[in-house]
Amino acid sequence: MKKSSLLISLLLILSLSISGCGGDDSSKIKIGVIAELTGDIPAVGTSCKNAAEMAVQEVNDAGGIQLGEKKYQVKLIIEDNAGKAEQSASSAQKLITQQKVTAIVGPNASRYALPAAEIAETSKTVLITPWSTAPKATLDSKTNVSKKYVFRACFIDPFQGGVLAKFTLDNLKLKKAAVLYDVASEYNKGIAEIFKDVYEKNGGKVVAFETYTTNDKDFSSQLTKIKKAAPDVIFLPNYYSEVPLQIQQSKRLGITVPFIGSDSWGSEELVKLCGKDCNDYYFSTHYAADSASDTTKKFIANYKAKYGTTPDDVAALTYDSFGLLWQALKTAGKNDRQAVRDALAKIPQYEGVTGNMQFKEGSGDPVKSAVILKIKDGKFTWFANAKP
Amino acid sequence: MAYIFQQALNALQLGSIYALIALGYTMVYGILTMINFAHGDLFMVGAFFCFLLAVYFHLSFVPTLLLSMLGVACLGVIIERLAYKPLRNAPRVSAIITALGVGLFLENFTLALSPYPKHIPQLLENTTWAIGALSISSLQILIIVLSLVLMLILDFVVQRTKAGMAMRAISWDKTIVPLMGVPVNKIISLTFAIGTGLGGAAGVMYGLAYPVIDPYMGIMVGWKAFICAVVGGIGNIRGAMIGGFILGGVEILVAAFLPSTYRDVVAFTLLLILLIVRPYGILGKPQPQKV
Repeated sequence: MKKSSLLISLLLILSLSISGCGGDDSSKIKIGVIAELTGDIPAVGTSCKNAAEMAVQEVNDAGGIQLGEKKYQVKLIIEDNAGKAEQSASSAQKLITQQKVTAIVGPNASRYALPAAEIAETSKTVLITPWSTAPKATLDSKTNVSKKYVFRACFIDPFQGGVLAKFTLDNLKLKKAAVLYDVASEYNKGIAEIFKDVYEKNGGKVVAFETYTTNDKDFSSQLTKIKKAAPDVIFLPNYYSEVPLQIQQSKRLGITVPFIGSDSWGSEELVKLCGKDCNDYYFSTHYAADSASDTTKKFIANYKAKYGTTPDDVAALTYDSFGLLWQALKTAGKNDRQAVRDALAKIPQYEGVTGNMQFKEGSGDPVKSAVILKIKDGKFTWFANAKP
Repeated sequence: MAYIFQQALNALQLGSIYALIALGYTMVYGILTMINFAHGDLFMVGAFFCFLLAVYFHLSFVPTLLLSMLGVACLGVIIERLAYKPLRNAPRVSAIITALGVGLFLENFTLALSPYPKHIPQLLENTTWAIGALSISSLQILIIVLSLVLMLILDFVVQRTKAGMAMRAISWDKTIVPLMGVPVNKIISLTFAIGTGLGGAAGVMYGLAYPVIDPYMGIMVGWKAFICAVVGGIGNIRGAMIGGFILGGVEILVAAFLPSTYRDVVAFTLLLILLIVRPYGILGKPQPQKV
């Protein structure tokens, strides 16, 4: 008797809480965000979350998004993927099936974006990754044609790797390069291989091509090997939490040549962790905060006022991802996954805070330019532009 | 030639840190026949203590090292009292699962405080000497010498002092020794304090050598140190030291002469073969003399 009454009351509470959740959500558009809030690159996740909250707040403060006759408020649901591939996939699953979001923004790093993108594609839900530059993120894993539901706001690695290789050869005039990269991470591996390919095709020589695996802290063996090969420049396409260790250990081993990096360097955390050791090196990224257009300046000022830091590339790209999403929602005119996807695929170009993006028919990858930044006294300063 | 010397130095540096951590595993196993899987995370806590003391209290190297060791040792004793002591007569699996739980707790507790990787400031002036093509940094020398000194002190304590004798006695027989008037609980606490304190020292030195620390740094290093302890013969102190230097050496040398992608594959295959040939580890015996 006692047991059954307990069970019934439990069930009642459960049903109450379920119907409680249902509430007035029909008048809201739900957007999911998957970000790397904990794990090995928390600065990336935090920037993404900040920019997402800012983008949503701006829309809600303006009364919401006009769909048909009614204005809808936007509800943001943020999931932490803890810097794990499997948790990225389960977060995507949860957002799609339980929270029933209209679209997902994130994850950012390619190794987390890939599994989440697979889920989004099979569940026919739009996923925009702000920062994943690995080509595979928007390509079908079996047929290698473009995925239908996955888009991104950034350029892709074949472009970035080529820009860096040409920059090293033409601007820095350094003909012998060494590469040290994380072989267990999609992004690092992809860009390292493209860099090598383009660099050697254009007359350079890669004298050492060394690897390590994620979470390694000791690179002394690989760096000693690189030192022996005597390169003119070392390319480190690795995340901001590992680059400082690699540069400091190189200096301790008596390596004095310059270093170059890719967009994974572009977090202010890099300078914090590096101290003076990273000064005067170059890296490619998505936008330069110090040479911005008017829309970008407004975004930077708002972000600074809200969070007290200059937005990094992840923040800017997340903001652009939301911009794309708002435009698609408005064109679609209804809160429906398929309609949003169709509208998003038809956007020919978009003027975002990271510059002009052009989308090719049937592809989720925008064509846009890159910038080369130089680290000067601990600050990222604009150095050169690279057009697509 | 300079290349080989340089790699040997790299191996010594890595090996001495592995050895210091491996000592903690082996001491606790010796006295309780229990594998303290939280040890890698205690090592991480040591590095975070170092960060806190250096950044917020502006202490110099020596007090930072001593206070971090003390802090981690206290934490180790508390963990033993709260989490492991009630399970001393429980099945061994329960104790191991508890240890894994404690490790997860330490990781996530640190993570909850702040998920960002931290930068440990330079506590010591670092000079690099270039001898021909060989470059030696003062930090490298410090880590190697300090680890060796700590290991020698430990060896002396265990082999030559009364407390050390009591440790060895308890690991020999847990039922008879208390009858002889040996304070078992005190000695177990002391063992935990020394083992985890050495882990804390390793955390500080690791933090100096690789100054970007994060809450997950203890996992992989902890596993590797555990392997060192097993290779050396778990329960045997000198074995743990040898195991540490072997793993450090193999890791560095594989990456030095083969493509670095093969490092872990070759390193662990070699260790597996070693264990097939000598299942009790290098210095372990079927009935080893334990600490």
